[in-house]
Parts: sequence; C-alpha cells; structure tokens
Amino acid sequence: MELVLAALSGFLVAAGAYLMMSGQLVRFLFGLVLLSNAANVVIFAAGRLTYANPPFVPDGAKIPDPSVANALPQALILTAIVIGFGLLAFALALAFRAYQSLGTVVMDDMRACDPPEIPTSTEKPSA
Amino acid sequence: MPRLLTFLPAVVMAAVFLWFAQVLGPVAAGNIPEWSWMWVEGLGIELAFRLDGLSLIFALMVSGIGAIIFLYTSVYFKGHEKLTRLLTLLALFAISMLGLVTADDAITLFVFWEGTTVTSFLLVGFDHEKQKARDAALQALIVTGVGGLALMAGLILIGFEAGTFRLSEIALLGDTLATSALYIPIVILVLLGAFTKSAQFPFHFWLPGAMAAPTPVSAYLHSATMVKAGVYLVARMSPALGGTELWIWGLTLFGAVTMVWASVLALKQTDLKLMLAYTTVMALGALMMFLGGDSKYATVGVATFLVVHAMYKAALFLTVGLLDKGAGTREVTNLGGLARSMPITMMIALLAGLSMAGFPPFLGFIGKELKYEGALAVMSEPLFVATAALLANAMMVAAAGLVAISPFWGKTPKSPKPAKDPSIGLWIGPMMLALMGLGFGLFPDLLAKYIVNPTVTSIAPGTAYVKLKLWHGINVPLVLSLITFGLGFVLYQGRFVIRAALNRPTFGGIPAAVVFDAGLASFKRFASWSARTVQGGKMTVYLRISFAVLTILIWGVHLISTDSLVPQPEAIALIPLVVVLLIAASAFVVLITNSRLFGLCALGVVGAGIALIFTFYSAIDVAITQILVEMLVVIILAVALVKLPAMPVERNFRAGDALIATAFGVGVAFVVVAVLAHPFDPRITEFYEAASLPDAFGRNVVNVILVDFRALDTLGEVAVVLIAAIAAVAALTAGKIRKSGEKP
Repeated sequence: MELVLAALSGFLVAAGAYLMMSGQLVRFLFGLVLLSNAANVVIFAAGRLTYANPPFVPDGAKIPDPSVANALPQALILTAIVIGFGLLAFALALAFRAYQSLGTVVMDDMRACDPPEIPTSTEKPSA
Repeated sequence: MPRLLTFLPAVVMAAVFLWFAQVLGPVAAGNIPEWSWMWVEGLGIELAFRLDGLSLIFALMVSGIGAIIFLYTSVYFKGHEKLTRLLTLLALFAISMLGLVTADDAITLFVFWEGTTVTSFLLVGFDHEKQKARDAALQALIVTGVGGLALMAGLILIGFEAGTFRLSEIALLGDTLATSALYIPIVILVLLGAFTKSAQFPFHFWLPGAMAAPTPVSAYLHSATMVKAGVYLVARMSPALGGTELWIWGLTLFGAVTMVWASVLALKQTDLKLMLAYTTVMALGALMMFLGGDSKYATVGVATFLVVHAMYKAALFLTVGLLDKGAGTREVTNLGGLARSMPITMMIALLAGLSMAGFPPFLGFIGKELKYEGALAVMSEPLFVATAALLANAMMVAAAGLVAISPFWGKTPKSPKPAKDPSIGLWIGPMMLALMGLGFGLFPDLLAKYIVNPTVTSIAPGTAYVKLKLWHGINVPLVLSLITFGLGFVLYQGRFVIRAALNRPTFGGIPAAVVFDAGLASFKRFASWSARTVQGGKMTVYLRISFAVLTILIWGVHLISTDSLVPQPEAIALIPLVVVLLIAASAFVVLITNSRLFGLCALGVVGAGIALIFTFYSAIDVAITQILVEMLVVIILAVALVKLPAMPVERNFRAGDALIATAFGVGVAFVVVAVLAHPFDPRITEFYEAASLPDAFGRNVVNVILVDFRALDTLGEVAVVLIAAIAAVAALTAGKIRKSGEKP
C-alpha cells in the first residue's frame, strides 16, 4: 500500500506544481495546498503503514506492543500540518493584500519590485 | 591653500629622493636594507620592504621625477581651483608607486599595485566634467583592473607553489617554479598583469587614451613611472620565472609587436602629446622584449634604457606642456619657427630629443647601442629582435625630430597667441632632466656603478660587472646605429607623406580601442539581458526555474544513486485504494476546473481523503488535526475567494509546465520508492516507545513525542503559527491604510 501512496504523493506534487506555475493567484494557492498535503503523504508512506493499530501503551504494560504503528512520522506530520496551515494563512493574507494594492490577480503583472525595463538613453533595449 | 604650501609636496619628494640617493652607495656595495612587519599572520603575509638595485632605480625615478613633477604642477596649475585635489592625488600615487617598487612581499606589492590603478583612474579622470576624460579613465581602470586581478591570482599561485610570499626568497628558488605544474598558468597570469599595466599589445590602447589627463600627470604616471610597473614586475619575477621558452617567447613576441606597431602609430599622430604616448608604448615594448632576452647585454640594456627613457620622456612631456602653455597648442601642424620666441623650451626639447633619437654623446646613444648589443646577443632569434629594434629606433629618430625640431624651425603658422617661454618654475625641471641625459652620457661610469649594475644583479643574479662606454670602437651596433640615423632621417623628411598615408581610413584595420568599446558594450548588453532573463520580475519564470532546478536535483540523485528502485511486492487493501483514487480524482478536478467553488470543494475532498488514510493506518491524532485544519483551510479560503475576483479561465494546456510538473512529481514518487526499497530502521521509534511511559508518563506515544521529547520543536511550531498570524494581520491592515492614499 505504501507504493500506492508514493504514486499518490507524486500525482499531488505534479498537480500542485502545475497549478503554482499557472501565474494566477487563486490557482497558485490551490497548488500550495496540494503540495503541502503531498508532503505529509510522503512522510507518512516513508515511515511505513500499519493498519488499525495506533501507538498506545496499553494499561498494565510498560511499552507498546511491537506490532503498533510507527509513532515518529505521525509526530512529524502533526507539526507539518500546523506549519503548512500557518504558511497558507499567511500566503492568503499576502495574496489578498497584493490584489488590493496592485489591482490584479495575475502574478506576472505584480511587478512593484522588478518593474518592466525602462529603456536607458545610451542603450537600446533588446529582447 | 596658501601658495607657498603648494610647493611642499615637491620639497618632500626631493627629500625622499635624496634619502634614496644616499642609499645608493651601500646598495651598490651589497648592503641591502630591509624592513618587515607581520601583517596577516595566519596567511604568512607580511608588510615587507626591501631596497635592492632594481627597487632603488625605480624609487629614484619615482621620487626624483616626482619632485620635478610636483614643482611643475604647482606652477602649471597656479591658482587652479582643484590644485589641492590634484596634488593630493599625485602624492597618493607617489606613495603607492614607492610602495610597489620597494615591496618585498607579493601581497604587499599587489596592494600598492592596485593603489596605483585607482589613483591613475582618478588622475586620468581629473577633468571629470569632460565625457572624454571619464571614458578614458574608465577604460584605463577596466584594462589595468582586470590585469590586476589576473596578477593577484598569479601571485597567490606563486605563493602556494613557493611556500612563501617574500619576493627575495622566491627569487632564490631557482627553477622550483619553472618546473611546477602550475608554471604555465602562473606565467600567463603574471604577464597578463604586466602587459595590461605596461600597455603591451593588444592592451596598448588605454595609454594614449589616458592622455586625457593633465600634462604633468601624463608625464609622471604614463611615461616615467606607473606604466613601467609592468616592466618592474617582469624584471622582479625574472629570476624565479624566467629562462623558459614560454617566458622568452612571450616577452619577445609581445614586446617586439608592441614596439614596432606603436612606433608606426606614433608617426601617424599630429598631437605631440599623443605622439609621445605612442613612443612611450614603443619604449615599454622594447623593455619587455629585452627582458625576454636572457643575455647579460639585454639586461644591461634594460637597466640603462629605463633611466634614459625616464629622463628624456618626462622632459619631452613637460616640454609639450611648455609648448601648450607658451604657444597655445600642441598640434604639430600648427607649430613652427618657435626657436626665437621660445629659446629655452627649444633647448630642452633639443637636448631631450637628441637623447631620444640616440645621438652621441647623450645617454640615449649608450642606451641604443646596448639595445643593439642585447638584440644581437639574444639566443633565440637575434635577427628578428635586431630588425624589430632597428625599425622601431629609426621611427623613434623621426618622432624625436617631430617633437624636438619641427615646432622650432621652419615657417611660423598662425598660433592662437604670441609665443613666449613660460616661467622658470616650469622649465627648470625638464631642463634638469634633459641635462642629466647629457651628463650621464658623458660620465657613464657613475650610472654603471651605482644604478645599472645593482639593477642587473637583481634581475639576473650572478652577472659580472658591466662597464658603460660611449665609444665601443667600430662594431656591428655602431653600424646599426648609423643605419638607424639614416633611416630615421629619411622617415623625418618624408613625415608628411607618411602621416597622410597612415591616416588614410583604410589603414590599420580596426583599432583595439574600438574592439574594447564594442566588447564593453556587448558585455553590458549581455549583463542586462541575463539580469532581465533570470530576474525578469515574472513570478511564473521564477517558479518554473525553481521547480526545474529541484527536478534536476532529484533526478540527478536518482541517476547517480546505485540503490535499487525495485520495492518488495505488497498487498493492496481495497477500501484505502478507493479513497486514494477519490483523492486523485479530486486533485484532478482542482487541476482542471475554472470554477473557484468546484476547486474549493475538491480541495476539501482531498484533505478529508487524506485524513481518512491517516485513520486507516493508525494515525488517529494526525487524522483529527488534519480534519480540523482542512476545515479551517476551506473556510478561510472561501472567505478570501469571496474578496478576490473570479478565477480567469485557463484555456491553454501549458505543455512545458506540465513536463516540469510531471518530472517533478515522478521524481518525488521515486524518492518514496527508494526509501521503501531500504530496510526499515526502527531504532528511534523504539526509543520513544520504550521511554514514553517510564520517562514521560504518557500512554499516547505520538502525544508524548510532541509535547515532551520534542517539546521545543512544538514550541517553535506554535511560534511559527503566531508569527504567520501577526504577519497576516499586518499585511491586511497595511492594505486598509494604503487604500486612502496613492498607488504604490
């Protein structure tokens, strides 16, 4: 089943990257969400899957049964999910702010920092 | 600045000159003064100075001619508003130059070398209101600056190979460097530095351009001192690097080509200053050529010619300044018949010109004879060297005639103002230089004992004592001299025809300066093209490049790695598989939809599906968090999307992007496959499992890891979310404030 998740993560990554390269703010944000989900799946699959056997220490025992699921990737993913959420929230605020200020959702038109070239007097602009 | 104070630099320079002069005796006797201080201890770099014969000859030229130039400058620019600036820059240059020629540490030498480059840039661009001066200054800076970088690399390589940066120690190494694997790069780099500084072909063009500088500056930097730094460097490195085919041929060929070509260009000029600039290039070429000849006479020729040239060339440059001042022009075609109105200037020009042409009993004659002897003694190609020297010398005779004779005799063309000799402060310096050329010619032993022989010993250790004489008897050099005079006379008589021929537009192909300008312009175009391409301000381009680079890195690792990508066959559970397919289908909907609402819903399905996967495979806490976060994501996305305009319809399939994205995705999938192909290493998990209850008193291992073992990590995570929230609020509020005002 790990291989299926590997393929799924690959597909999510590809879809996310394609959306992010679209140059439209909303699609970019969708792509970002897919990408962060894909990252979690990658970690999860790499830590091996165990069906329906969560890592708890049963009453009376000192350590969990050896057959329980791998706890480490779960802890890592928990952190990753929350961070991914923070990132998305900030990206959204930024996107909204950028739209308000620049009046566009086309990312290639957001050029306050790198304005299109102003031809200088000494040189002709070349493509 | 009080008028009297402007003479201070000249006085100081004269004192420095006298101090160097009193070291002559001890140095000639073999007592070489040294000073050193540790500078960068870890790298073995010292601030070290040493005054051997070679250093001393240069130090004397720099300080002696410097004193004369400083005096001349203060009078020439009397009352000029920028006189203080000029004198300061000249003084800084003099200090750099003295440091350069006395340094005994390669890095010390380089620092002063760059000092002369920078001060030269500022001095050439002294008239910075003029575009021409600025361009010339920049050109000189780029050419000599690039050479300086090459030199630095060369010196560092030498330091590594030799194990020391002390030049005096490097000189004693014998052929350690010549047999090292890095010898060829070292020679190329060092010669590149020397050739650019000393204006050797094909870098010769910057020197005539630098004539945009005020005349005293040209006389000082661009004839007597700075341009000879390259010659000094080559002479200094000769014991360690010389003697090989590469060294001999590199110097001989480039020197000879520079010498002959510059002489031709000199005859082409009508501006006396430019003409002198080209004759300087010729002299530098000759010096380089003879440094390549590994015979005693060639070295003696170099040492003598250095002194000869410095004297007559500085004198002539200053004479051109006198003509400019006295007759109001330096165009040779507008000058003539000035012998009566400017007798002193005429005297100086004649004395210096005769030395330049190499007539006896001037020192120039001895210099020229030695050049011929050196040329004939050159082992490799005496005929080639002697012919080149003969041609160049003949043209020098003609050029000397143009500078020293034609302005003073013949018809008097209409000059802009009545000509008269300038004041004594201006002519005393050049007069002294010109007279010294005669004095040393009459008493060459003085020069031989104190200057030439100590210098020769520095360049070629172990050379026997050489006597300088005016009369050598009738021999081949004398015959060559006579031929030179004859040929030079013919060239001088034919000067108008020659100049007309040389100035025909078809002559000479493309000047190097034009090539340089074109190169510089295309470099600028390339720079702005590459900047515009790499940082074009287009987000999509940045993203494409980032993803492409990531993809290449991932696939690079896959291709290099020898790990098997074939995983163990495994069982596939049906229900989770259905969920996975659902996720993939939803992601596909997000990919192709043009509706915000569809996209949002599909994203929700993706998130929920992944939460289900977590649930199936024992990650209860993760699943809970995932559902919570997914809900929040959908809600805030929905809120934001309401405020953003509708998603533009995407009609075209972006094949390039799809390719990058697919390659990236497949690469990531194979990363997971590669991980799975390795046996699982459970050690860290086992530690947490074992320590969970006894050490942290928790039965949920995942929770214990988060809040106990990796508590600091979780604290950081909380901080990140907090910072994101603050930043988001800031971004949103800033937007509100902006609304009232102008467009950003």
